[in-house]
Amino acid sequence: MSGAETILKSKNRITIDNVREQFPFFQQPQNRGLIYLDSAATAQRPQQVLDAWQEFNVLYNANSHRGAYKIAERATDEYERARAKVADFIGAASPEEIVFVRGATEAVNFAAYGWGLHNLKAGDEIIITEMEHHSNLIPWQMAAQKTGAVLKFVGFDETGMLNMPQFYDLLSPKTRLITVTHMSNVLGTIPDLAAIIKAAHATGALVLVDGAQSVPHIPVNVVELDADFYVFSGHKVLGPMGSGALYARREILEKMEPVFFGGSMISDVDYTHSTWNDIPWKFEAGTQNLPGAIGLGAAIDFINKIGIGNIHRHDRDLTDYALAGMQGIKDLRIYGPMHNRGPVISFSLGAIHPHDLATFLDSRNIAIRSGHHCAKLIMKRLRVPATARASFYLYNTKSEIDEFIHNLENAREYFSKWN
Amino acid sequence: MELDNLYQEIILEHYKHPRNHGAVTNADVIINGKNPFCGDEIVLSLKVKDNIVTEVAFEGHGCAISQASASVMTEQIKGKSLQEAKQLFEQFTKMVKGEGDVDTENMDELAAFQGVCDYPTRVKCALLSWNALKKALEGNQK
Ligand SMILES: Cc1ncc(COP(=O)(O)O)c(C=O)c1O
Repeated sequence: MSGAETILKSKNRITIDNVREQFPFFQQPQNRGLIYLDSAATAQRPQQVLDAWQEFNVLYNANSHRGAYKIAERATDEYERARAKVADFIGAASPEEIVFVRGATEAVNFAAYGWGLHNLKAGDEIIITEMEHHSNLIPWQMAAQKTGAVLKFVGFDETGMLNMPQFYDLLSPKTRLITVTHMSNVLGTIPDLAAIIKAAHATGALVLVDGAQSVPHIPVNVVELDADFYVFSGHKVLGPMGSGALYARREILEKMEPVFFGGSMISDVDYTHSTWNDIPWKFEAGTQNLPGAIGLGAAIDFINKIGIGNIHRHDRDLTDYALAGMQGIKDLRIYGPMHNRGPVISFSLGAIHPHDLATFLDSRNIAIRSGHHCAKLIMKRLRVPATARASFYLYNTKSEIDEFIHNLENAREYFSKWN
Repeated sequence: MELDNLYQEIILEHYKHPRNHGAVTNADVIINGKNPFCGDEIVLSLKVKDNIVTEVAFEGHGCAISQASASVMTEQIKGKSLQEAKQLFEQFTKMVKGEGDVDTENMDELAAFQGVCDYPTRVKCALLSWNALKKALEGNQK
C-alpha cells in the first residue's frame, strides 16, 4: 500500500518504501509495526548517517585542527566539509558563519551569552512570542534579568496565528532583538518572518530565528530571509544527537564574545590575557563533537538526494490528510492553523487526558507525545495543562495516518465508558 | 499488554468520582505536588491529631492515573497513624515500581494500581500524590 506513495515527484520516483528501507530503525524486528509519530521530538536516522558516524570512529578518529598526520588531516577536512554542507543547506554566505553546537538550545544560549549579555542594557527591549519553545525563552529571561532588558510578548489567536498588530505596536527604537520561531513545535504555525524581519531591520533591531522545527521540513535560506541569527538541531533533521548549528551574519559573529574559553579557540596566549581565533573557531573551545558534525553533514547529503522541496510536499500532504481525517472525529480539537503549517499537530480528544491518550495509542504501537512540549506559555494561553501531539516526517505514510485516526476513534470508544 | 490491567474499574471509578476532593479547612499541612514532565499538579491538605491523619483532601488536575491514585490514597490514609501512612507509602511505591513482591493484603483498593509497574512512563503519575504525602509526613514529624 504505502509503496505506492511517491515522495519524489520528478524523474526517478523514490517511493516511501525506498525511503524507509534506508532507515535501519524501521527494519528491526522489535520495531515492526511501530508507527512513529514523534519526529518533532527527534527524527530517526538513515543508514548513511550511521555509516558516517561509524566511519569516523573506525577509520579516522583523531582530533581536529591538531595532528600533523594523515588521519588527523582527514578528521579536520571532514569536519570542515560538514560545516560547508550546513552553510550551503541553509543558504549562509560562507561556512565561517556556521558555529557547530550541541543543538538549538546551545545555539540560543550562545546568542544570549555571547551577544545578549554584551549588547543589552537596562531599558532595552526584546520582543519574543508566546509560542516559543523554552529553549528560546529561558536564555532570554536570563539575559534580561542580568542586563535589565525587558521581554515583550507577542500573543497568538485561536487559530494559532501570531498577533501581528501587537508585534508592530511593540516594535520601537528600544527594541534590540526579536526572537521568534520559524515553526512552532506545538501549533505548527509558520510566522510571517519576512514581514517581521523587514520591520525589525527598519528600526535597527536584530532577529534570531529558531529553526529547530523548520529546517527538517522546509527549504531555508538565511540570506533571503535576512535573519541575523538562525539556530537548529541536527537530531531533528536526521542527524545525530549532540549536533547542530548556530548561524549568524559575519559582522555579528566577529563582534560577538566567545562563550566558552580554552583550547582551540585562541590565537595567542600570554600569562594574563589571550586573543581569540577567527570565526567560527573562537566559539568552538575544546574538543568538538566531530562524528556528530560529520553525521549531520551526511544527513544533509541524504536530504539533498531526495530534495528538501519533495520532503516539504510530502510532509504537507500528510499533514493535510491527517487534519482532514482528524476533523471527522467527534470531540477532537486541533490547536493551530489549518493551512500553511508544519507537520506537527497538537490536539485534545474530549476530556481524555493527553497522557492517557498517549498510553492508549502506545498500547496500539503508535508513538505520539503528550505534555506541555517545553512550551508552557502556549499551554497557559490555550488554558490547558497539556496536549497530545502527532508529528510526521518523510518516512511516514498515509496508511500510518489511517491507522492513527482509526485508533483515535478506538480511544474515544475505550474512554467513553468514563463519562 | 492488556490496557485494562492499567485502567482497572476501580481506577476509572475514582477518576470519575474522586473522593475527598477539595481542601481541608484549617489544615495542618498543605503540600504541592508537581509532575513537570506532563504538567500535572495536586495540592494535598491534611489535619493531623495525636499522630493520626484525621482529615485529608486533594485538589488539582491530571491524568486518570494521578487523579485516581490521589483519590484512593486519601481514603486509605484517613484515620491511619503517621507510621501506618508511611508504611503504605513504602508498599505502594515498591508495588508500582515493580521492585519485588509486595504483600497487598492490607492495601485494599490500592492494589488496583498493580498494573502500573508495566507502564514505566506512568509510575510518576501514580506516585504524584504519594510523594506529596511523603513530604507532608516528613514536615510533620520534624
Ligand atoms: C522549536 C524548538 N526550538 C528548540 C528546540 C530545542 O532543541 P534541542 O533540544 O535539540 O536543543 C526544540 C526541540 O524540541 C524545538 O522544537
